[in-house]
Amino acid sequence: MPVAKFEKLTSTAVPLPIENVDTDQIIPARFLKATTRDGFGENLFRDWRYDKQDNPIPDFVMNNSIYGGQILVGGKNFGCGSSREHAAWAVGDAGFKVVVSSFFADIFKNNALNNGILPITVSEEFLQTIFSEIEANPKATFQVDLENQTFTIDATEQSVSFDINGYKKECLLNGYDDIDYLLNIKDKIEAFELAR
Amino acid sequence: MAAKTLFDKIWDAHVVQEIPDGPSVLYIDRHLIHEVTSPQAFNGLNRRGLSVLRPNQTVATPDHNVPTINQDKPISDQLSKFQVDTLHKNCAEHNIDLYGLNTDYQGIVHVMGPQLGVTQPGMTIVCGDSHTSTHGAFGCIAFGIGTSEVEMVLATQCIMQPKPMKMRINVNGQLKPNVSPKDVILYIIAKLTAAGGTGYFVEYAGNVFREMSMEGRMTVCNMSIEMGARGGLIAPDQKTFDFVKGKKYAPKGADYDAALTKWKTLYTDDDAVFDEEIHFDAADIEPMITFGTNPGMGVKITGKIPDLSSIDTSEQPSFQKSMNYMGFNAGDTMIGKPVDYVFIGSCTNGRIEDLRVVADYVKGKQKAANVTAWIVPGSKEVERQAIAEGIVDTLEAAGFQMRQPGCSACLAMNDDKIPAGKYAVSTSNRNFEGRQGPGARTMLASPLTAAAVAVAGKVVDPRAVLV
Ligand code: SF4
Repeated sequence: MPVAKFEKLTSTAVPLPIENVDTDQIIPARFLKATTRDGFGENLFRDWRYDKQDNPIPDFVMNNSIYGGQILVGGKNFGCGSSREHAAWAVGDAGFKVVVSSFFADIFKNNALNNGILPITVSEEFLQTIFSEIEANPKATFQVDLENQTFTIDATEQSVSFDINGYKKECLLNGYDDIDYLLNIKDKIEAFELAR
Repeated sequence: MAAKTLFDKIWDAHVVQEIPDGPSVLYIDRHLIHEVTSPQAFNGLNRRGLSVLRPNQTVATPDHNVPTINQDKPISDQLSKFQVDTLHKNCAEHNIDLYGLNTDYQGIVHVMGPQLGVTQPGMTIVCGDSHTSTHGAFGCIAFGIGTSEVEMVLATQCIMQPKPMKMRINVNGQLKPNVSPKDVILYIIAKLTAAGGTGYFVEYAGNVFREMSMEGRMTVCNMSIEMGARGGLIAPDQKTFDFVKGKKYAPKGADYDAALTKWKTLYTDDDAVFDEEIHFDAADIEPMITFGTNPGMGVKITGKIPDLSSIDTSEQPSFQKSMNYMGFNAGDTMIGKPVDYVFIGSCTNGRIEDLRVVADYVKGKQKAANVTAWIVPGSKEVERQAIAEGIVDTLEAAGFQMRQPGCSACLAMNDDKIPAGKYAVSTSNRNFEGRQGPGARTMLASPLTAAAVAVAGKVVDPRAVLV
């Protein structure tokens, strides 16, 4: 789906210092019965956010109004598990534009990028720095600059650069998606089919 | 010519275009779709006014969401019914072969695909499901994709993929008796961890995989994703060729001979180099079970949950969270752990060979009174075989509930949920929190272990109870 252009952003962040956050936690399977892409944000981290009677669990970070923002910071191996793109839709629908972790599962990373969400991989050490920063000040802000591929902790001006392939970067910055690209090379695809 | 790995041979033959500083455009031979991850892709296609480029390269079946009882009646859950109906509507509109409920081949995509011969050596195969890696057992590059990519394949028969790194996992030597393919892969994942294969595509090599049946190889490749790998594959051999021959979608006559000539070139050249090469000794592998909330948290069944002190400090909070969820303690012995449910099924272990192992063990025995045992065949064909071989009778006589084909309690999208707080020994592939139902506690194991546990009513070493 064509997505909005990714602009430079400054935002507070929601910390989730848990490792191996899998897609069944991000969006449990029982919420996958929809046939559209909308509305999954409501059930993001459903079983951590709400108890069996659907009451918010006060300990969970998303239920604590001190925390908020467009950046989600997760522990190592974020998004492992199923290929459900619903996980990326849920993250996006809940208002996140960036997910930061020290390690992403492959499919989640792809799915995020295909939905205009930027996964940023930082070192484990820097990840811990970000967590400490938020712990010390939940209102701490961070700057994400895709053009220059930098992530900055505003208070300390500590900045790291992150990797992204040039093609995906262009897509995000311009709001293009892969289907647009593939449709444009349809002749090539058909020629490939004939040649094999 | 430079020496190539099996993976490279297949990959290189499917690259339509390399994008500088970007992914490759990869041509897809076969696309499997199901009701849960395809509707939004068809919506996208319709919104753009596109048709399916190659409808005869996509095959559909409903599996994730379907009930496993009363499949001949209308689906009572309205949301599930709508998803399945939508799949039917989309396939009819776009001329895609669909194997619906109550038809001869319906089943879990990764079980029915190979049974139909949709899966053939040397192909690129994708599906909006991470366990698509299963098809790697036939010497394919097969992996799970997201829904945007499903849309890409429908529209252009291609996706964009960065080329993964290559890992070879060699297991050589003699497996101990009653150590199954499931134990082999649970052992590998426990050694490599749930993230150890991220960024890689794995080739499984060594006599252990050569000696496995196609079913066993599928079990192994199926779980590649559980160590984070994009997929896993095994070089095809005579067993593979024999399996494919005569299947509905398999090439016939002269076409088969031509295909066979090509398939015989699908192996890793002697001098080919991998980014990572790992060796295990088959003799070290024992029946395995998981104790935590990711598939890397496994031990030999006679073993203990690791002590907290042996866990990396940064990983201790996650480990402790997992123990709290499971109601276990670091250092606990697994033997004797309580069990309430046994689930035998899924694309990992819902094939006929798995059901045979279970039936052989439970024949003449009864399941324990405290255990509810569900057997869910992976497909209609598995169900037919199980009935014909008397397996269904044996299992029902032992007190197991025989269900109809689908994903069922593997992901608990339908009514087959393990209740909160209850323990399940499951032959499926994921023990994540809530995977088998909110609050459900899952221990993954082989079909033989699951059968022994169902009879004993608690975790036991199957070898200790085999008579
Ligand atoms: S059986 Fe489980 S793992 Fe396999 S396709 Fe179905 S839900 Fe996915």
